[in-house]
Amino acid sequence: MLPFTLEKAQTVEEAMAAATAGARFIAGGTTLVDLMREEVERPERLIDINALPLADIHVEGDALVIGALARMADVAAHPEVQALQPLIAESLIEGASPQLRNMASIGGNLLQRVRCPYFRMLDAPCNKREPGSGCAAIDGLHAGHAILGTSNHCLATHPSDLAVALVALDATMRVMGPQGERNFPVEDLYRLPGDTPHLEHTLLPGELIIDVHVPAGAYSRRARYLKVRDRASYEFALVSAAAALDIEGGRIREARLAAGGVGTRPWRLRAVEEALIGKAPDRPAFEAAARLAVQDARPLKHNHYKVELLPRTIVRALEMTGEVA
Amino acid sequence: MTTSVIGKPLPRVDGRAKVTGGARYAADFNQPGQVYAVIVSATVGLGRIAGIDSAMAESMPGIIAVITHQNAPRLPYGEHKSYIDPAVGERLHVLQDDRVRFYGQPVAIVVADTPDRAERAASALEVVYEAERPTVDPSDPTVTPIVPEAAAGHADTSRGDADGRLAGAPVKIDQIYEIARENHNPMEPHATIAAWSGDRLTLWSKSQFVVNEQAEIAAIFGIPAGNVQVICPFIGGAFGTSLRTWPHVTLAAMAARQTGRAVKLVLTRKQMFFTTGHRPRTLQRVALGATADGKLTSLLHEGSGETSRYEQFTEALTSASGYMYSCPNVRTQYRLRQLDIGTPNHMRGPGEASGIFALECALDELSYVLGLDPVELRRRNEPEIDESENKPFSSRSLMKCYELAAGHFGWSRRAPEPRSMRDGRLLIGMGMASATYPAYHAPSSARVRLLPDGTAEVAVAASDMGPGTYTSMTQVAAETLGLPMDQVRFSLGSSDFPPAPSHGGSWTMASVGSAIRAACIAVQEKAARQAVADQRLPVFGAALDAIEWTDGRLRRPGDLSAGQSYGEVVSSLGAPIEAEASSQRDKDAAERYSMHSFGAVFVEVAVDPDVGTIRVRRAVGAYGIGRVVNPRLAASQCTGGMIGGIGMALMERTVLDPRDGRPVNAHMADYLVPVNLDIPRLEAYFVEEVDPHVNPLGVKGLGEIALVGMAPAVANAVFHATGKRVRTLPIRIEDVLTA
Amino acid sequence: MIDREPTSSNAEAGSRPVPTLPISRRTVLQMTGGAASLVTIPNMSAQSAPAPGQIGKALERVRLIVNGEARELELDPRQSLLDVLRETLDLTGTKKGCNQGACGACTILLNGRRVVSCLTLAAMHDGAEITTIEGLAKGEELHPLQAAFIQHEGLQCGYCTPGQIMSGVGCIAEGHAGSPEEIQFWMSGNICRCGAYPGIVAAIADAAERT
Repeated sequence: MLPFTLEKAQTVEEAMAAATAGARFIAGGTTLVDLMREEVERPERLIDINALPLADIHVEGDALVIGALARMADVAAHPEVQALQPLIAESLIEGASPQLRNMASIGGNLLQRVRCPYFRMLDAPCNKREPGSGCAAIDGLHAGHAILGTSNHCLATHPSDLAVALVALDATMRVMGPQGERNFPVEDLYRLPGDTPHLEHTLLPGELIIDVHVPAGAYSRRARYLKVRDRASYEFALVSAAAALDIEGGRIREARLAAGGVGTRPWRLRAVEEALIGKAPDRPAFEAAARLAVQDARPLKHNHYKVELLPRTIVRALEMTGEVA
Repeated sequence: MTTSVIGKPLPRVDGRAKVTGGARYAADFNQPGQVYAVIVSATVGLGRIAGIDSAMAESMPGIIAVITHQNAPRLPYGEHKSYIDPAVGERLHVLQDDRVRFYGQPVAIVVADTPDRAERAASALEVVYEAERPTVDPSDPTVTPIVPEAAAGHADTSRGDADGRLAGAPVKIDQIYEIARENHNPMEPHATIAAWSGDRLTLWSKSQFVVNEQAEIAAIFGIPAGNVQVICPFIGGAFGTSLRTWPHVTLAAMAARQTGRAVKLVLTRKQMFFTTGHRPRTLQRVALGATADGKLTSLLHEGSGETSRYEQFTEALTSASGYMYSCPNVRTQYRLRQLDIGTPNHMRGPGEASGIFALECALDELSYVLGLDPVELRRRNEPEIDESENKPFSSRSLMKCYELAAGHFGWSRRAPEPRSMRDGRLLIGMGMASATYPAYHAPSSARVRLLPDGTAEVAVAASDMGPGTYTSMTQVAAETLGLPMDQVRFSLGSSDFPPAPSHGGSWTMASVGSAIRAACIAVQEKAARQAVADQRLPVFGAALDAIEWTDGRLRRPGDLSAGQSYGEVVSSLGAPIEAEASSQRDKDAAERYSMHSFGAVFVEVAVDPDVGTIRVRRAVGAYGIGRVVNPRLAASQCTGGMIGGIGMALMERTVLDPRDGRPVNAHMADYLVPVNLDIPRLEAYFVEEVDPHVNPLGVKGLGEIALVGMAPAVANAVFHATGKRVRTLPIRIEDVLTA
Repeated sequence: MIDREPTSSNAEAGSRPVPTLPISRRTVLQMTGGAASLVTIPNMSAQSAPAPGQIGKALERVRLIVNGEARELELDPRQSLLDVLRETLDLTGTKKGCNQGACGACTILLNGRRVVSCLTLAAMHDGAEITTIEGLAKGEELHPLQAAFIQHEGLQCGYCTPGQIMSGVGCIAEGHAGSPEEIQFWMSGNICRCGAYPGIVAAIADAAERT
């Protein structure tokens, strides 16, 4: 780990000022400290933002508002989260471990770095870590990598389960920066790698995530998160799906779907959603729609199985929405 | 005997130390003035170091030393080879030349006053390599399998005409099985704290074989073994990885000598995948020929394991195929494939775990071809004797194991047809496999001291990596001496104690236990001899064969008086009474009998037909392991072995990048082992078995067989659930996705 | 999940493709960051590393309440809480298993919540109350969960045990110990390589009933 200085911000303004001058925010530290120890992250100045009043969880109108510093565990356990947006609670407890969920903030969760072994290895080329150095995964081992949204420069998947749920639920986020406040869909936080994989998100210098707004939909209570992996817990997703359905009169009126483990960012599945509208919620309809998820898939040698696994995961997640009590 | 404690389910004597944080593992022995060493690992897979620029690293804050091959002392590396080392080849000589033999080989060591500063400087050290492309894939066409030199005699075995009979067999199976490289990944990383005092060295070091580590480090540094003490009272799991003394121990001692400070060196989790051994990747062919009613007529087992270029690591990959079943025509072949990797080593159930996977899956395949129940197929091929050696088994309870485990499992409820059982949407599969492991007994010594307060101290340079050596050995001593458990203090884990064999191969109970029993008997004799010469004691003048120790008291047989306690005898004599004794296998028994543990494992899996997830739902094992010293610890060890087997079957795999040999998943989040939620109900049963031949305690060993058999039982259950035969471990989601 | 390249590579097996990659020597060199026949691996530190000695504010003054006792410390901001406990305070009961948040061996209670101390920067927790395995028993009297771990065989080698117990204390306090299945789910952040999981679950279930 490289040496750094540590300061504690007492106000959002203080934090933004420091960040504008090049400092990095730290909250739970579960990603940042880990990557600093690997020297993948090399901040010279850290701003501890845990004292900022951004951990509140409440309801505004019909929207759930989650403060950026709320901890994963607290959000998952919050009665209003469980009542209004059970998908968020489910995606959270499927992630990481109880200890990490006690530590990790919502803002930090959304800004997690990618899961690519070469990204963590300073002795391997990685365009994300060192622009222009090459991608070790493309010709190397990439079975855990993305099949959607990839480029010739990067294949790494975004690891957040929560982000998949939020993207499915049309959540928006509020950020504060030197130029003031901005609101935008969580989906727009993430960039595709393209030829600039070192740029992962759309935050401007000095911007701080304040909170996340999740609008209620008729589909919100009929929503499930399915995470497919080799062991039952404490593992990143091979493939995951967040599914929410609004069914009326035996027909799907609205659908919300997103996938994890397959895209270079949390992957909204709009074509699948559209194909479901007006259909009876049965397996043939789910299967027909889910096939559309992999239309644009670009698998490589070792991750071809995800092309098969993704539609199956979507079908199963859609079925599970019918198992909600 | 009223005080009998062998066979009792007693709690661990070291339990309190372990639940309070009081148990001290190697890295817990902080020393005054201690500094921290970090290894710099090679970032190429083959080649040479063209240059190292230490200047920047040396100038960083807190840096005490940067040691590379350029400035490292030339160490004597005197000859030393234990049975735990490969018989052919020479250990890695660390920092002695510019060669890089495999990815992750140590190329430098940085010592600093804090761990963070040492890590930073290690990362900043500039090393320039001339790199070549390593060969790390055992099936690379350039790799020619070789006959292991040390095992040349039994690398090939044959009886009858296996190949000829296979060709003409009415029913046959001929398949290839593969097992991935696995790393032991104990929770405790390898760690050594080294401190010199003049030419004497103390090592607090994670080791399953402290007396060998003592001798090896002494040979490497060219000092008398008596100048080295190795201390390791607790091992945080090892499963074989700490049997050998790996390069980091030498590096810690070297750094301590160069800096004149006590040096703590702990491997990173990533480095645990480089230089501390692994279960070798194996390729195996098993071919079975049988009559239509399921009698084996031919058995072929050809296997090869990977090894390094500098040592020939061998294990008993094919040996169980010679004695497991009755078959007149058997041929086995064992080969090595030399690669640019670090040397593999023994990992829980070495050899047998891999070989039995292939054999037991092949038997299962044959059962379906024959339309015969897999248990019944095995029953029909149960041998009368060990046909590979033409000797009777000292004990073999495999039929009883099938019966016991199948009964508890409810095997009779299994529908024979694959993919025919369901629970809701889930596909249910039931599979079984046999297990075996040799019942070894290695020479060991032990020392017992009787103290005036009536207690006894027992010491052996043995180890306890978790099975409960502290507890079971205390039981043996308490039983033999006729003392309550809390009157016996057992110490292990110091090279100053009487020598024990390596803590592995399931032989600790047999070897160390028998030595302790012998030492207890010896100290009783010595005490009796002294007592009859002591005028102050009632037994004065008695003939030695006219008195005996019963329930911890010395008296004449039939004497209803209290007799004399150890404390009374010792107090009267005025000094502790001490005896040392050793034990080894009876040569005659070894010549007359074939000695093995046997077991049977039954497993139920559920496979999600949509997304391919495979979960073990329950498992039942039954084992014939001779006498069970502590059923409570034994059951825990068995279920632990089953869990290790679940990992082997469904999760564990170290993947090397073929371009430079780097382990790509050298991380606990990427090298998967089972977590709590993966573990279903597990049951272990023991067949009543008396084996008077193996050793005086009648124990056959448990640690290895607890894992052997689990992986094939899971694989066979996966086939039964899905109809898809997967012959490669680990079995993963994509393997069954399109079943 | 990182690599799922088919394991099979034996051509005779025929069951899976052979993953032979047409990798030239040049590819290997690119792979390791070099340009010519010499491969330099400076760990890419030269550009961004501060010059030696130039390390900003060297030490942070921090006060930690460890097992009820106030400790005044001067810390390098890089120091993890785990290293401070083990190396500075010589409280070696808390174990380092992976130092990457992937095993749970270093679990402690930080202001009453279970966290992994390896990913916790000690200097960020001025004034925090920390409970480690050494602080659980009341004198000679074991905490009920410690006693239950012995009684139910919740351990073998003992190395993950302090982390399991501290995590178990957290699990019970959170109200996540209502059934064996619930305990299994909420204890899956603590790896036990010996496989003492059945005993761990039994111990936590028992202690949860008694507390």
